[in-house]
Amino acid sequence: METIISLKPILAVIVSTIASFLIAITGDRARNLRETWTILAAVIKFGIVISMLPDILNGKIIEYTLLKITPELILHFKVDALGIFFAITASFLWIITSFYSIGYMRGLNEHGQTRYFAYFAIALSATMGVAFSANMFTAFLFYEIITISTFPLVAHKETEEAKRGARKYLAYLLGTSVAFQLTAIVITYNITGNLNFSYKGVFIGANISHTIITITFLLYIAGITKAAIMPLHSWLPAAMVAPTPVSALLHAVAVVKTGVFMVMRVVLHIFGIDLLKSFDLGTVLAIIASFTIISASIMALKQDNLKLRLAYSTVSQLSYIVLGVALLTPSGITGSIMHIVGHAFGKITLFFTAGAIYVATHKTKISELDGIGKQMPFTMGAFTVGALSMIGIPPFAGFISKWYLSLGALEAGDIFVLAVLATSTILNACYFMPIIYIAFLKESKSIINNRKINEAPMLIVIPLVIAAIGTVFIFFYPSIFIDIIKVIILAVIGNN
Amino acid sequence: MNLSEHASILIVVIPLVASFINIFLIFLKRSLCYPFFVLVLGICFALSIDILYTVINFGTVRYKLGGWMPPWGIEYVIDYLNAYVIVIVSSISFIIAIYSKDSVKKEITKARLPYFYSTYLLLTTGLLGITITGDIFNLYVFLEIASLSAYALIAIGEKRSVLASYNYIIMGTIGACFYLLGVGYIYIITGSLNINDLTRLLPSMYESKVTLTALAFFVVGIAIKIALFPLHRWLPDSYTFAPSAVSAFASATVTKVGIYVLIRISFTLFEPRFLTEITPLSNMLIWWATIAIFFGSIIAIGQTDFKRTLSYILIAEIGYMVLGANLGNKEGFIGAVLHMLNDAVMIACLFMIAGGIFYRVGSRNLEDFNGLNKNMPITMSAFTIAALSMIGIPPTAGFFSKWYLILGAIEARHWISASALIFSSLVNAFIFFKLLEKVYFGKNVGVLKYNFRELPLSMMIPILIMALAILIIGFYSGEIISSVIKFTVPAGF
Repeated sequence: METIISLKPILAVIVSTIASFLIAITGDRARNLRETWTILAAVIKFGIVISMLPDILNGKIIEYTLLKITPELILHFKVDALGIFFAITASFLWIITSFYSIGYMRGLNEHGQTRYFAYFAIALSATMGVAFSANMFTAFLFYEIITISTFPLVAHKETEEAKRGARKYLAYLLGTSVAFQLTAIVITYNITGNLNFSYKGVFIGANISHTIITITFLLYIAGITKAAIMPLHSWLPAAMVAPTPVSALLHAVAVVKTGVFMVMRVVLHIFGIDLLKSFDLGTVLAIIASFTIISASIMALKQDNLKLRLAYSTVSQLSYIVLGVALLTPSGITGSIMHIVGHAFGKITLFFTAGAIYVATHKTKISELDGIGKQMPFTMGAFTVGALSMIGIPPFAGFISKWYLSLGALEAGDIFVLAVLATSTILNACYFMPIIYIAFLKESKSIINNRKINEAPMLIVIPLVIAAIGTVFIFFYPSIFIDIIKVIILAVIGNN
Repeated sequence: MNLSEHASILIVVIPLVASFINIFLIFLKRSLCYPFFVLVLGICFALSIDILYTVINFGTVRYKLGGWMPPWGIEYVIDYLNAYVIVIVSSISFIIAIYSKDSVKKEITKARLPYFYSTYLLLTTGLLGITITGDIFNLYVFLEIASLSAYALIAIGEKRSVLASYNYIIMGTIGACFYLLGVGYIYIITGSLNINDLTRLLPSMYESKVTLTALAFFVVGIAIKIALFPLHRWLPDSYTFAPSAVSAFASATVTKVGIYVLIRISFTLFEPRFLTEITPLSNMLIWWATIAIFFGSIIAIGQTDFKRTLSYILIAEIGYMVLGANLGNKEGFIGAVLHMLNDAVMIACLFMIAGGIFYRVGSRNLEDFNGLNKNMPITMSAFTIAALSMIGIPPTAGFFSKWYLILGAIEARHWISASALIFSSLVNAFIFFKLLEKVYFGKNVGVLKYNFRELPLSMMIPILIMALAILIIGFYSGEIISSVIKFTVPAGF
């Protein structure tokens, strides 16, 4: 495989760090200039990421070794198909979210906006860092930076409740990553002397007992709490105290997808499909993920707070991705990777609408949303698109990923997984359809403002409509993504 | 005369002589005391760099005092390990000397200041002497110089420091006595005090009960000096009530030098196999250190005084180093030696910040950290770096030593020790994020009390140097290991 040495991955990482400094220096005095930095960084970042795509599609790999800290702990960047897939999703959605953030923060006249935008940019830098990591150490480093840089975002409101949520967030993410993930990394290094992501896994040829492998694997899964696999999921609902754009981009895309992305890296590039198959560890992961899918969906049913319902939905949807990759079949992995982007667009739309409703009406509860569809037709239209995509109905992105996931289940000959997918589809419908129903078909209880268009500011509505359009777009043009996925599958599985 | 040739003796003699001169400077011109004090420590720092350079380029330095041939005369032997510790001690003492200028103003009466400088110089002399000497009795002499000056420095602090210092004297004297008894036993059976000589003589006497007794006295004596749990009782009070500059200096260097002595005794005076095969000492120390890590961390959670919290964290960190050195593999040992540097820098930085907060707020209580970021943003960013390093978040220095320590523990299949290390990281995360939350999101109550600015430059710059050092050392960990620490690993690991 051809390797290109290029600074581009580093530039993609660093551009928003620079922006973060500029944002901090500019401060509240020149708000428009400050926001310009965010937008500029987002666009440049996306541009850099996209410029690497053609090489990757040609089967090449872009690498750069930044620093050999010690002989085994190396800051090493590598752009492969899986990495760029995640990077494209996150960096594209950052552009939309940036506009939305500006609308949201100004619409609510929030305090601490400089801090908000500065840490947001750092979080995105670290997300790119995870996407482009070439080894587990680099990934771990950026994983921790994400946790720490999003802490101020979760605690943004500075109320007791926000601080409590942020504490829980940090305890789960930092605690488990130090306790379990780091241990797993050390054990991996101790056994193999190698932390690089490689296509057949690093354990190849190592003489190791079943117990050690199983323990290490479970330590990784427990240590990558950002994937919100049960029972270590409750940080995600707690993080919903954050401002909505944070929930939208970070807790539906960047942070949580970093989690599932790392799980994928561990499954495909640390352990390797063959090893997991021979130890039957894929099944273990599949069972955990299935459990998460079903129970999180049931929990979502009970939530009256819109953002909380979305959060539990995220927990459940993230495990789709884990489940797909746990099947260890080509279609399963395809579905799983496809769901990264499918879920990202759908869920960001839903969170955007939740934020828009809050900005326009200050309502957070589903039971208060009677007839809101008439007040906010665009917002709720987009909500419907997002919800249908989540359920997995064509012509929306969610359908494609669910299709491949089901195919993967059939390939693996696993009827149980198919049943899980079917059940969860029904549950998804159960917790999303009532919202659509009350929004459009119920009459509003309050007489004031009834039947009068009362949308959120344009800077909020336009991004959410774009996100909704994206959801449809992916359904009609999935080939852009499928092409990348083919390169990934080819590398890890080969031609068979 | 070639200065570089005599660097090893000068680095001890210069601060010793300077501490006397400093007293006489009072009669000449009082304001000269401080510049003179900093200048001397600056020279020591330069000499230590020179020594390290010599060792790296020309190998072990042997300096015969007064031209007497060893084993009869006292010999200074500097290999990679000493040179490394000398640099740690002299650099930290230099930086904290700068810091002390404003810091001590609020903690020590003006009349006592010159004495403070003199005693500080004596402590530096003692610590450098312990590290540099190749003679176990000479080591005892320097140990006493260092201890006596440390007792005095601690007693200068606030009211309760006198009692704390008194406790320290009792414990420290017992420790020193035990060490001296160890020296006596060794001298009885071998007739030698020179470490190199003893390395040659002792193996034939490994089975002797006298050797075992000597070893036991050495280890317990040093364990008291480094405050290895449960012999730590003197430490928290002393470092809490001492002046901030003293806490920072002593916490960063005294315990590290103690660890150095432990390593010297364990792996140079005796052979590693003596501790692993003939006696179960290594194994005992591993368990002992593991318990120290657990308890130090647990007790640290419950503290309300910042300096006391740091003291208990330090007790856990001492456990790290003792553990790593005794794991019996290369990774663990590298981790321990690297952690000597990292911990010295981190703990010094944190104690200096504690002093800075005391300087402005007049309190060490954790509750008074609320909203400090608004008044002291630069100091608080240094605090954040030091805190992250204590937790062990990459790329700060703390991560790399912890990486090697955990790797060593797993390599040795000491799972409980590995979990102790991780447990302590989690505890540090809990403690420091609780504080960071207060610093950045806390509401400060009482406007008048909080109407203050950043620290004076003489305090802020040393703090910033330390915080930057944490990052730089982190990035150069590999470099430090491959050019210095690699050579300190005892043969057979």
